[in-house]
Amino acid sequence: MEGTFQDIIQQLVNGLSLGSIYALIALGYTMVYGIIKLINFAHGDLIMIGAYIGWFATTVLGLTFFPALILAMALTSILGMLIERIAYKPLRNATRIAALITAIGVSLFLEYGSMLVVSPNIRVYSAVLPETIYNVGGVIFKAADVIMIVTAVVLMVLLHWTVKYTKIGKAMRAVSHDKDAARLMGINVDNTISATFAIGSALGAAAGVLYGIYFKTINPLMGIIPGLKAFIAAVLGGIGIIPGAMVGGIVLGLTESLVSAIGFSNWRDAVAFIILIAVLIIKPTGLFGKNTREKV
Amino acid sequence: MKTINKKTLFSAVAIFAVYGIVQGLIAFNALSLFYVLTLVQTCIYIMLAVSLNLIVGFTGQLALGHAGFMAIGAYISAIVTMKFDGPLVLALLAGALAAAVAGVIIGIPTLRLKGDYLAIATLGLGEIVRVIWLNTDYVGGAAGMSVSRSINWTWAFFLMVITVLVIRNFIRSSPGRACISVREDEIAAEAMGINSTKYKVIAFTMGSFFAGLAGGVYANYMYTILPTTFGFLKSFDILVMVVLGGLGSISGGVIGAIIMTIVSAALASFPEWRMVITAVLLIILMIFRPNGLLGNKELSLRVFQKKRGENNGLAKN
Repeated sequence: MEGTFQDIIQQLVNGLSLGSIYALIALGYTMVYGIIKLINFAHGDLIMIGAYIGWFATTVLGLTFFPALILAMALTSILGMLIERIAYKPLRNATRIAALITAIGVSLFLEYGSMLVVSPNIRVYSAVLPETIYNVGGVIFKAADVIMIVTAVVLMVLLHWTVKYTKIGKAMRAVSHDKDAARLMGINVDNTISATFAIGSALGAAAGVLYGIYFKTINPLMGIIPGLKAFIAAVLGGIGIIPGAMVGGIVLGLTESLVSAIGFSNWRDAVAFIILIAVLIIKPTGLFGKNTREKV
Repeated sequence: MKTINKKTLFSAVAIFAVYGIVQGLIAFNALSLFYVLTLVQTCIYIMLAVSLNLIVGFTGQLALGHAGFMAIGAYISAIVTMKFDGPLVLALLAGALAAAVAGVIIGIPTLRLKGDYLAIATLGLGEIVRVIWLNTDYVGGAAGMSVSRSINWTWAFFLMVITVLVIRNFIRSSPGRACISVREDEIAAEAMGINSTKYKVIAFTMGSFFAGLAGGVYANYMYTILPTTFGFLKSFDILVMVVLGGLGSISGGVIGAIIMTIVSAALASFPEWRMVITAVLLIILMIFRPNGLLGNKELSLRVFQKKRGENNGLAKN
């Protein structure tokens, strides 16, 4: 009996680590969706870029975890802003379908462009976090797990504070509420959207570095699956709602580790998509969403 | 009303001429195997692109799971030919029908969703289909399934022609017009008494049927089918063809499929470059010509006829 209990706790720890990565990625999706109503398919690939910058910083430049994390976040946020300016801005008034197809195009470009630059081979992350293992009553905590969860939580708190109390955060909320009214109030909508992309991409890059450390290997197509799953997490929590993305990420991470634990790890990806479809059919606005009426 | 007019006669002659020329070249061994493969693949992609265009271009529902339906058609038809020694026609029909049934089952709940949500739900469904085949040992799991080749150029070409004709006639029929009205303005269509969900499901089911048929042709031509072939990148590939040719244009879908298959074949040894070029093409196209090269126009002889008509009108004045 005690063994089963320990197993459950162990799976919760694993699920929490994975879930905090998903939550960080989901935040980027949800912020971008909240402000310009676009599913940024390329977000998953920004995670990959972030992971590569992190790999370069730790392996080639020999930086430690935190400087590498900050470097990855800074560079990826610049890339995120560039993508928005070049690819998405001209399409701001285009149809949804055109914007979505552009996002798919950007995603393919980043994936295969980086294959050309860094070669399709996998890279191995060096152990940048201490390998210490804590055994608390039979449940194993790796130091890496703890640092990852703490990093994710700190970033999320920071984000929450930014959105709630700073000037740019207020501008972001105003633009996502009503773009035209925000413009009339003197808010620079273009800069606010850029800032949203920058913050979302930076969080994605952080997730990428953590993902690289967690799974040890990275490759140019690594961003696709976590990207899609984080999107599911964002929908689960209610897309466009920041706390929803955090909760959705954690719930998805826990579900996945439980599915693996009961011996269906091959079906893990399918389960995530089944959750997505179930949410979309039962409550498309997500756990935290409010129902809106259709208006002409 | 005449059922056979000059235009249909001309189209029929053109279709048989294309078929005859290629068949002749194959009969005299003038085409290398690589070219024949590319030609058959072109037919398969035309079927996929035209059927996806029915869903995305004509009915306006962004679906990203076309490869999933292709996979259902491919695996079911392969099971019929390989496990039950069934005839090819039966296999192709079974595959297409299975895909259509899946289309109905999947379509009814998901087509209530709009835009982005539908895209993601269908993408998810395509992935679920892939994972199911991946974990089914009966069809070889990740190692794939080997299928003997029973499709040749004749089969592929005429199945492609049938697909294009059926979808073209559907678009011109009353339900087809209803589908287009759903694309133009769903709320207005509903107000005019069109059951938009019904027509979305009809279009989705027809699209799935022909995707399944294309999958069957693919499976019985390519010797092996692997679950990884039918990932969402395949769905994106088909979408690129549709978007390139023209959303809401049958001839656009055909042209898009031909261009992309030739480009892929030409860049076969540089797969990364192929994808980078595709991606850049897609972005540029969306920024400057969001409805594709042809838009919703059709490439036909009528273009010349109309011009002549206008000239006549001017002459009269």
